[in-house]
Amino acid sequence: MPAPFYWIPLFPLLGFLINGLIGIRRFPNRAVHAVGVAAVGLSFLTSLWSSAALLAAGNVAAEKILFIWIPANLIHLANGASSAAFQVDFAFRFDALTAVMCLVVTGVGLLIHIYSIGYMSHDKSYARFFAYLNLFTCAMLVLVLGANLAVMFIGWEGVGLCSYLLIGFWFSKDSAANAGKKAFITNRVGDFGFLLGTGILMWFLGTVDFNAISSGVTQGLLTRPVATAAALLLFLGATGKSAQLPLYTWLPDAMEGPTPVSALIHAATMVTAGVYLVARLNVLFTFSGTALTVVALVGGLTACYAATMGFVQFDIKRVLAYSTISQIGYMFLGLGVGAYAAGIFHLMTHAFFKSLLFLAAGSVIHALSGEQDMRRMGGLRRRIPGTYRVFLVGAIAIAGVPPFAGFFSKDEILASAFASGNYVAWALGLTGALMTAFYMFRLIFMTFFGPERMDEKTAHHVHESPPVMLRPLYLLAGLSVVGGWVGLPAVLLGGDWFGRFLAPVTGHHVLHLSHGLELGLMAISIAAGAAGIAAAYIIYVRRGGEPARACAARLGPLYTLVERKYYVDEIYNGLIVGGCLLLGRLSALFDQVLIDGVVNGAAGLTRLVSRGSILFDGSVVDGAVNGVGRLHQFAARHVRRLQTGYLYSYALAVVVGMVLFISAVLLF
Amino acid sequence: MIRIEAIVALGCAVFCIGLLGVLVRKNLMVILMSLELLLNGVNILLIGFGLHLQSVAGQIFVLFVVMMAVAEAAVGFALILAYCRHRETYNLDEINDLKG
Repeated sequence: MPAPFYWIPLFPLLGFLINGLIGIRRFPNRAVHAVGVAAVGLSFLTSLWSSAALLAAGNVAAEKILFIWIPANLIHLANGASSAAFQVDFAFRFDALTAVMCLVVTGVGLLIHIYSIGYMSHDKSYARFFAYLNLFTCAMLVLVLGANLAVMFIGWEGVGLCSYLLIGFWFSKDSAANAGKKAFITNRVGDFGFLLGTGILMWFLGTVDFNAISSGVTQGLLTRPVATAAALLLFLGATGKSAQLPLYTWLPDAMEGPTPVSALIHAATMVTAGVYLVARLNVLFTFSGTALTVVALVGGLTACYAATMGFVQFDIKRVLAYSTISQIGYMFLGLGVGAYAAGIFHLMTHAFFKSLLFLAAGSVIHALSGEQDMRRMGGLRRRIPGTYRVFLVGAIAIAGVPPFAGFFSKDEILASAFASGNYVAWALGLTGALMTAFYMFRLIFMTFFGPERMDEKTAHHVHESPPVMLRPLYLLAGLSVVGGWVGLPAVLLGGDWFGRFLAPVTGHHVLHLSHGLELGLMAISIAAGAAGIAAAYIIYVRRGGEPARACAARLGPLYTLVERKYYVDEIYNGLIVGGCLLLGRLSALFDQVLIDGVVNGAAGLTRLVSRGSILFDGSVVDGAVNGVGRLHQFAARHVRRLQTGYLYSYALAVVVGMVLFISAVLLF
Repeated sequence: MIRIEAIVALGCAVFCIGLLGVLVRKNLMVILMSLELLLNGVNILLIGFGLHLQSVAGQIFVLFVVMMAVAEAAVGFALILAYCRHRETYNLDEINDLKG
């Protein structure tokens, strides 16, 4: 029996409907999280079942058309001569790539749902939170299951909406409401590119189905410039959703949302949607070539650029946010050098250790009664040892220390970049790895080592999180350790099982490197990670952060530049928001002067005409009517005198009249 | 044989007396009686000319006039009685509702 993979997004949708429609009024907290967690749990089990069925069926994609969305109609293609029957099915497809994404989304999502039970227990909008989380899970699953760009776009917009709702979850706080709007509007810019790219593919190929697009590109139905244009526009959508240059500014602000949201949406799943999109359309990007180079460069630049900002942030969640941007840059770097499977591999391991780091950061914040500034932390190693241990595992994993998960995926990306001959990308990636190790351990040392810097009241309240929050962390920590082992490279006797599993979708990418060179590259990247960790240890533990302060003082303006995030927010505010406002103000002026002038002029003219009308009415028409009446009154005043009312005058008149009448008859 | 001139003179005299009565009297009852005189003056003329012309048509016509006069008198007196009882006067000087 084929696995019912099309049920996967259905469970969270049901959970959303139950919690959103009924639970929000009636359910106690326990029922709310039972529904929410069960929905994602069932989804996870179905994903497991479907993945097992996929493996059993020899890795052949399964497809299910739920209904025909847009019935076939003839459209004219761009080349003018031919027309095609354009039809969009509401179809889901389950292949290797989708299987990985489904397992990550539902698996990590399930752990985060469980963690939220503890983290959100004091919040009065408990049911709303779980309803939104379920809706997000549903949208994300539709995104990865959709068999064509149109169905994917539903999920694409759905996750954007949920991201907005959840960033602004505490909407009574101005900064949260604004961060939600910023995320949504920035994403709209990317979505615009997504839609245009879809439109180009539809116009030139007459289809939006992923398989049909791939086979169309393979058959040479697209010219290279058209393919590049479509790929770059779709990549613009990916940069918006995945917070890459230049559309990354919303992600650090998105940390206003509750921490489980940051972990699920802004670290593990939604922000990787762009990576998924590029991997899904890998045939198009490979064909274009130029687009692929752009992807690699944008990824590499973002990886380094975001890492520099991680150096100087003091908000624990913002450091992680910049780290997320940087790590997604890595994924794009991997995709951009043609190592699609490596990019997806890093997506998966990143989902494990980054959600672990976020949730552990949430546990720290929870322990410190809401404190997020690392300058007021320190020495927490002994106070909350459970959180410290899992945090350390996550940091080692992201820093790329073998045999933790991050090492294998990051190293595969770097090796692929080197093998592709794109040494710029490789150098960017290596620099990023060094910086990542440094700022992650800066975070660890500032938070868990050194003297306690919080005030007494907070220090008194420091407590370890409840088991419902810690247990998911232990599971994620385990995954952060072993998660990379599915993709052991051939040189380490692994045989790259993960890459071969994804091969039907992404094609099998073979490294053309000698074993010695590959091992040498590995040693370099390990050395980079170790150097970063050592530097952080010397600066922040040995010398108590003194060199960092000295360096900041000596660099002065440069430090301020980085600390103010390169003023990009200010530039965007000035150029784009300001430009929009200026345009709005000009429009308003145009409205007030010209449009209102015309309207008011028309009104004035009407009033003038009607005043003339009144005058004509009053004098001519009324005059005629009243004149007739007055004439009658005048005549009557004189004629009434004849009527005396005395009978004999009438009788006399009769006699006289008769005499006259008879006389007339006789005479004439 | 009575001469036709005498009959015409008598009829005209009766008619003129009636006419004068209608025109100058102030009492409604008397005016109605004068109307009877008018009719009877005409009756005398009709009979006189019928006699003179050796025709019965005059006498037959008079019979119709008498019958009509009876009806007219009955209805007229009833109306006048009802009206004058309502107005509590027979004096025509006070009855001028139709004055314009």
